[in-house]
Amino acid sequence: MSAIPSTASTSFDAVALRQQFPILRDPSLVYLDSAASSQKPEAVLQAMEQYYRHDYANVHRGVYALAERSTEAYDEARRRVASFFGAGSTAEIVFVRNTTEAINLVARTWGAANLKPGDIVVLSEMEHHSNLVPWQLVAAQTGAMLEFMSFDDDGLLRLKDLDRFLATSRVRLVSVCHVSNMLGTVNPIEEIIARAHNHGALVMLDGAQAAPHVAVNLAALGVDFYAASGHKMCGPMGSGLLYGRRELLEAMPPFLGGGDMIRVVGLRESTWADLPAKFEAGTPSVADAVGFGAACDYLAGLGMANVATHEHDLIEYAWGQLLELPELTAWGPPPERRSGAISFSMGGIHPHDIASILDEGGVCIRAGHHCTQPLHAHLGLDATARASFYVYNTRDDVDRLIDGLRRVRSIFGN
Amino acid sequence: MSDLYREYILDHYRNPRNHGTLDPNDATYEDTNPLCGDRIRIDLRLDGDRIVDIKFSGRGCAISQAATSMLTEMVEGKTIDEVKAISKDDLLEEIGIPLSPARIKCALLGLKVLKASAYGFHGWPGDE
Repeated sequence: MSAIPSTASTSFDAVALRQQFPILRDPSLVYLDSAASSQKPEAVLQAMEQYYRHDYANVHRGVYALAERSTEAYDEARRRVASFFGAGSTAEIVFVRNTTEAINLVARTWGAANLKPGDIVVLSEMEHHSNLVPWQLVAAQTGAMLEFMSFDDDGLLRLKDLDRFLATSRVRLVSVCHVSNMLGTVNPIEEIIARAHNHGALVMLDGAQAAPHVAVNLAALGVDFYAASGHKMCGPMGSGLLYGRRELLEAMPPFLGGGDMIRVVGLRESTWADLPAKFEAGTPSVADAVGFGAACDYLAGLGMANVATHEHDLIEYAWGQLLELPELTAWGPPPERRSGAISFSMGGIHPHDIASILDEGGVCIRAGHHCTQPLHAHLGLDATARASFYVYNTRDDVDRLIDGLRRVRSIFGN
Repeated sequence: MSDLYREYILDHYRNPRNHGTLDPNDATYEDTNPLCGDRIRIDLRLDGDRIVDIKFSGRGCAISQAATSMLTEMVEGKTIDEVKAISKDDLLEEIGIPLSPARIKCALLGLKVLKASAYGFHGWPGDE
């Protein structure tokens, strides 16, 4: 199969860009699992190394110059992340380890303090386990009920379900993914926010699969809580963000207790630090935050509009190629409604067998339930294969995927 | 061709030996691999402590299904003590393909289910 140059319809050169990612300088590697975690560019690795080699000390304590440099590096990282996400203030950006921790933080603080028996939290059937289990836990604790928006055969959320739940006037929070990690669906978040707010409900968005791919302006969006993982957007593992509107964060009880999150501590009671320190107990993962900040700068430098255009080109190309394969079913909406990942099934061939055979050709894809067991159950599936794309992928990578899938077909016969 | 998906593996996958269920049976057990949702059930008929009939059913990847098919051939006519003595490495050697750590569990699921069914050991082979 001949590769069409990846620059054909995009505004940046992914072939050249790939060289900025040390692990991808190996030309035999086709990395199509960025929805699980992205690779890291030199800029991020260097920022973290610079911090450890030259600016390292604990933060917020020392009065010596080195400790102040470290604190400044941490604060600067927060400014970069806040700017990238269009937050009104750095006070609204809480550093966490990942999206999962961000959602747990909201469930355990806002949820525990505000949910009462009979209150409703609306989720959807396409959620990642990280946007299901924390709410199951807080529902069991508070007596609140969980309701679920379904989705149609194209993998699009049924907003009529939302309207029905909102009409009860008992919905306190709607928490859904911005982009589905399995279906790739880009959900109509503006519409969801408008309808929820119209009924006095708050909205939390799981942005883990959106933030790497599309421009997010939190202040303009008017969302109440937003969670994302740095490691899926070129940053290090262990970096993530919770955005919360200031008045909400101020009213919420703390999450973890300990150093750094306090103002005054007595033996029997304490008072809390200002935002965002109130939600960051203990020594933070400063190098990870520094790397996250560098990743935000890196993506801003590429331009998120360019990133989205490049990825859309790849998805459209991959979608067309995949659907030409016999007995292949690609789940979720057509290319114009999706981002990031394409999950698919090939006749009765188990996704693990697909992934193992692709791996023999250096092609890395995901196989399994992708932490979306209820979504797979809805589709009558145990597992799927998933290829996901990012800034460093090219049409050549898609061709290697398709070649590998033809090999799967030839090994398993018809 | 493939290092993993050799002809004899594919043959066991396409034409599994001892596939089905036994009703009545003397012992049965079913388990899943939480990593991938693979599911295997093994039914046994015993004469004293000797396996006189064995059938497996379930669904999963080619590796788990082929490995279980091969396992049933290994243990037919063996005693429970002989089943106890089958190690993880014995089965992997029989399967004879270079499995990555992630896929070894696929290959061992059948042995895990067999040990639970035959003498109530609940754990991954190798953890005994």
